[in-house]
Amino acid sequence: MIEPVIDILLLAFMIVIALAVVRMRDLFGVAMLFSLFSLLSAGVFTVMDAADVAFTEAAVGAGISTILMLATLTRTARRERPRAKGVPILPLTVVFITGALLVFGTSDLPRLGDPDAPIHQHVADRYLQRSGEEIGIPNVVTSVLASYRGYDTLGETAVIFTAGIAVIALLGLRRRRPRQERKTDGRDALGETTVMPTAGMADERVPGRPEKGGDG
Amino acid sequence: MRFFELYNYQIAIFLAMIGFYVLVSRGNLVKKVAGLSMFQTSVFILYISMGFVQGGTVPILVDGGRIYSNPLPHVLILTAIVVGVATMAVALALVIRIKEAYDTVEEDEIHEQDRSF
Amino acid sequence: MLHHTVLRVVSKLLIPVIMLFALYVQFHGDYSPGGGFQAGVIFAAAIILYALLFGLDNTLEVLPPDLLQWTAALGVLIFAGVGIDTVLMGGNFLDYNRLAADGPAGQHLGIFLVELGVGITVTSVMLLLYYAFAGRNPGK
Repeated sequence: MIEPVIDILLLAFMIVIALAVVRMRDLFGVAMLFSLFSLLSAGVFTVMDAADVAFTEAAVGAGISTILMLATLTRTARRERPRAKGVPILPLTVVFITGALLVFGTSDLPRLGDPDAPIHQHVADRYLQRSGEEIGIPNVVTSVLASYRGYDTLGETAVIFTAGIAVIALLGLRRRRPRQERKTDGRDALGETTVMPTAGMADERVPGRPEKGGDG
Repeated sequence: MRFFELYNYQIAIFLAMIGFYVLVSRGNLVKKVAGLSMFQTSVFILYISMGFVQGGTVPILVDGGRIYSNPLPHVLILTAIVVGVATMAVALALVIRIKEAYDTVEEDEIHEQDRSF
Repeated sequence: MLHHTVLRVVSKLLIPVIMLFALYVQFHGDYSPGGGFQAGVIFAAAIILYALLFGLDNTLEVLPPDLLQWTAALGVLIFAGVGIDTVLMGGNFLDYNRLAADGPAGQHLGIFLVELGVGITVTSVMLLLYYAFAGRNPGK
């Protein structure tokens, strides 16, 4: 009874955040709003009875994604350059046409939550009925992920590994500096290596930093 | 058109279009990546809404019969979330390298430098 | 330095708890929401919290990136290795029924090993991503 109300409320918050991201020029604010967007979507997933997905989205979206975006922002610009005046006609037209086509395309879907929808009839029904005796673990999502669709999960793990290799190839890893060199540097371990800059300090002078890794 | 029975889908499409607009109309590369990621998250909401069953519960088997929500979209979206963050990490690494090569992350300034090269 | 003291003390209390929770989520993924991906990300988040507060150099001493490159590959190897093992036992690729005497026991073992591989790879890759981003010299 109260589920649609919570659902609509969370989605309304997400719309407000999305519109704020469009308008905001301060990129640190954009990163924070982006993290909040992910957290609210985790709330929507919970209302939709998707516990595993909400768990993953909260950990990955509000955790790792935000850290990576903040790390990028400390190495690039902090503010977006103001765009030219006037309404951008072409992007708005493209977006509007795409949205209209999508709304038209989804208008044939069954009612939200319909138990007789075709999506629930074939494979998913078989998994739910037979997972208990074939595999014997209560969590059906884990049994489908690791056993029934285990091959896809192998591909997914390979994709994560490849992304790690790609980022190392692009950015390189920093070699650990020996203790003596760190002690005589004149900066404490906190001042030079935190990702987030301290509030109000604009410059990040880096005397005596060693050459970063990136060679073979 | 039956609008009020499909409100989740319409709102998810609206959110996706806002993310798409950020991607297309803004020149800052970091903001483009953020818009793309918001687009992705809205598509996940669309898929998970398709798997929702009225009167169902989390698909963890309990003793005694119960209706469960469809676990198949959950599995697919779980994979998609993790792959999405992996590709976003590669995109941000590219943005850092672009900043070091061109000294800017605004798209038109990058094109300007390429043209005058 | 004063404004970091509270964070340091609290994080020294919290980081072991976060790691323990990550292990709980990893191995309890059969009975409650969880599994390899979530556990890997939570464990990496604990280490990243340590790196944010105590410096990247200290973290590089604890978990050197060379070790992490090995464990990232090790996770994928465990997963594929389980698959090849089932082929050697006479079944299909990733057919866990062949791993033990009867069906569900083999499935339990197969799912356990596979989720372990996934968790190890996800932890290592998330940490390597953080090392690559945070170790980059700013304003170069």
